[in-house]
Amino acid sequence: MAHSSRAPSATSPRQHQRERLLWLYRAMLRMRMAEEKVAELYPQQEMRCPVHLHVGQEAVSAGVCANLTPEDRIFGSHRSHGPYLAFGGNLGAFFAELYGKAAGCCRGRGGSMHLLDRPAGYWGSSAIVGGTIPIAVGTALEAVYHRKNSVSVVFFGDGAADEGILYESLSYAGLKKLPVLFVCENNQYATNSHQRARQALDNISERGPVFGVPGVRVDGNSVLAVYEVARESVRRARMSGGPTLLECDTYRWKGHVGPVGDIPMGYRTQQELDGWVARCPLRQFEQMVFAEGVLKQSDLDGVKQGLAREIDEAVAFAKASPFPDPAEMTA
Amino acid sequence: MPTMNLLQAVNVGLREAMRSDDRVVLLGEDIGRRGGVFGATEGLSKEFGAERVIDTPLTECGIVGSAIGMALYGLRPIPEIQFLDFIYPAFDQIVSEMAKYRYRSGGQYTCPMVLRAPAGGGIKGGHYHSQSSEAYFAHTPGLVVLMPATPFDAKGLLASAIQGEDPVIFLEPKRLYRAAKGEVPEERYTVPIGKARVAREGKNVTLVAWGAMVPVCEEAAGQAAEKGIDCEVIDLRSIVPLDAETILASVAKTGRAVIVHEAPKTGGFGAEISALIAEKAIEYLEAPIARVAGFDTPFPYTLEHIYMPDTRRVGKAIEGVINF
Repeated sequence: MAHSSRAPSATSPRQHQRERLLWLYRAMLRMRMAEEKVAELYPQQEMRCPVHLHVGQEAVSAGVCANLTPEDRIFGSHRSHGPYLAFGGNLGAFFAELYGKAAGCCRGRGGSMHLLDRPAGYWGSSAIVGGTIPIAVGTALEAVYHRKNSVSVVFFGDGAADEGILYESLSYAGLKKLPVLFVCENNQYATNSHQRARQALDNISERGPVFGVPGVRVDGNSVLAVYEVARESVRRARMSGGPTLLECDTYRWKGHVGPVGDIPMGYRTQQELDGWVARCPLRQFEQMVFAEGVLKQSDLDGVKQGLAREIDEAVAFAKASPFPDPAEMTA
Repeated sequence: MPTMNLLQAVNVGLREAMRSDDRVVLLGEDIGRRGGVFGATEGLSKEFGAERVIDTPLTECGIVGSAIGMALYGLRPIPEIQFLDFIYPAFDQIVSEMAKYRYRSGGQYTCPMVLRAPAGGGIKGGHYHSQSSEAYFAHTPGLVVLMPATPFDAKGLLASAIQGEDPVIFLEPKRLYRAAKGEVPEERYTVPIGKARVAREGKNVTLVAWGAMVPVCEEAAGQAAEKGIDCEVIDLRSIVPLDAETILASVAKTGRAVIVHEAPKTGGFGAEISALIAEKAIEYLEAPIARVAGFDTPFPYTLEHIYMPDTRRVGKAIEGVINF
């Protein structure tokens, strides 16, 4: 019988190879720096699509995607720069898409909320809350049909846990024991409504077992905790053990939409935000690896400098790219 | 050449596609062991197994969504919605995802799938087993919308739909499942998408219809012929893409158009055809365009025979455009 559980704290970083730790750090920093660049450039009014940033939530995408291979399938939501960038998405194509340029990963047709990139294995995000969940289930059906060892991972927020399609999909995947990892990034807010204003109980991970899907709740700001619990879920899925529902507790620092914070709106407090900023997934990671002596400041500085160059080049590429030809519209 | 009904033609078409292409998989409620509530998938589970004829939970949104996922990864799924009336929970997946994948991915993905559903009235099914909602889908760019009226077209259009790269809404007129009979070749053939069928040639009035309204128009045309009125009957078969050329050529010849469909009149697909004729062929018209349709009410149970266009109402419309 499927159970729900709370994931244990992560094991010591000493249990992980140095390459793995650097990969996780780089993935998180890539998201953080790319999104901070978006926030910095957004006021120039050249990037015109709405942007839903997930600064503060980077550990979830990084910890999950570290367990995946290019044969796996990733789906996201309207707030899904993270999985794209963590899973090896192209920064140039990313920025070009946000700028609406022809070189964007969707030829400038989608923008921030609708990233798709076949070569990057990112088969789709959608601004319809919960919209990609059943599609991920279908890709798992295909994997089983073709005897592939692929796992389908769908990222969604606690808002999608309001929608019926999540439960229909859990039921379907549980019934057919499909290799799906349902990853709920519980950042507590859907637009401006707290989870407790929308759901009777704070128990998303416990809603898996009623459909035969084990549920695990994990500290979504601890990249190693997410990594370890996702590793187990992915391993089980690859061994035909069926799906898992992973609830990752985290928090978005910026407003629902746009490049800035939204504390003045009054629906959440500065104190609440400060508490979560103090638990920054990147800073926690740095403190831990330094304390354990597994990585040095110079290791992380090297990652940072490399990413800064990569992002500057990506932005320059995006800005220099042409807009789509108007004839493209009906093509 | 064997004679069969429309339902058998669908069944044969599915079997043939599954035999020749192992990317073709079926999914839906009760389609496996039971063979579908109407029997469209009868025997297929036995021949191809539960892996290719998948019984799903009652989740229309999940059926369509999961079919999209399968299609993205190279399968050719053919989901069945038990009745077209049950499709609305899946509307989001159809309109937001299935129809848009190719366009919004800049052509990186196609979504080759055929979504089958029995459509239309005529079985006293009442509100939720009778509707004709083709106009909703015709209004969604990215979808192909087909509705055969003969066994020959059912099998041939199904073959075209399965081999295409874009998602297809394949509407099967349930009233004709057993009523429409005809010869169907045993070998594989295709009927082109986007090409209407002239079911009857005539000089005086153009009747445009699809699905179960095609035989109604043919019968009305037969009755009109007894009064010396020569009607042409166009069976659209393909609602999207629409064969404007065949419609316009016919109206240019007859100068009169009567459009017949089961769906409510307001916003029905007949309005689109009427606009097309008005925009492109008004100079040929001898009379205002007439529409014979369902009513702007929910689909009724007991009064179904009044709601659905019949030969009497079509005949009246024919006389109206002749006597204008």
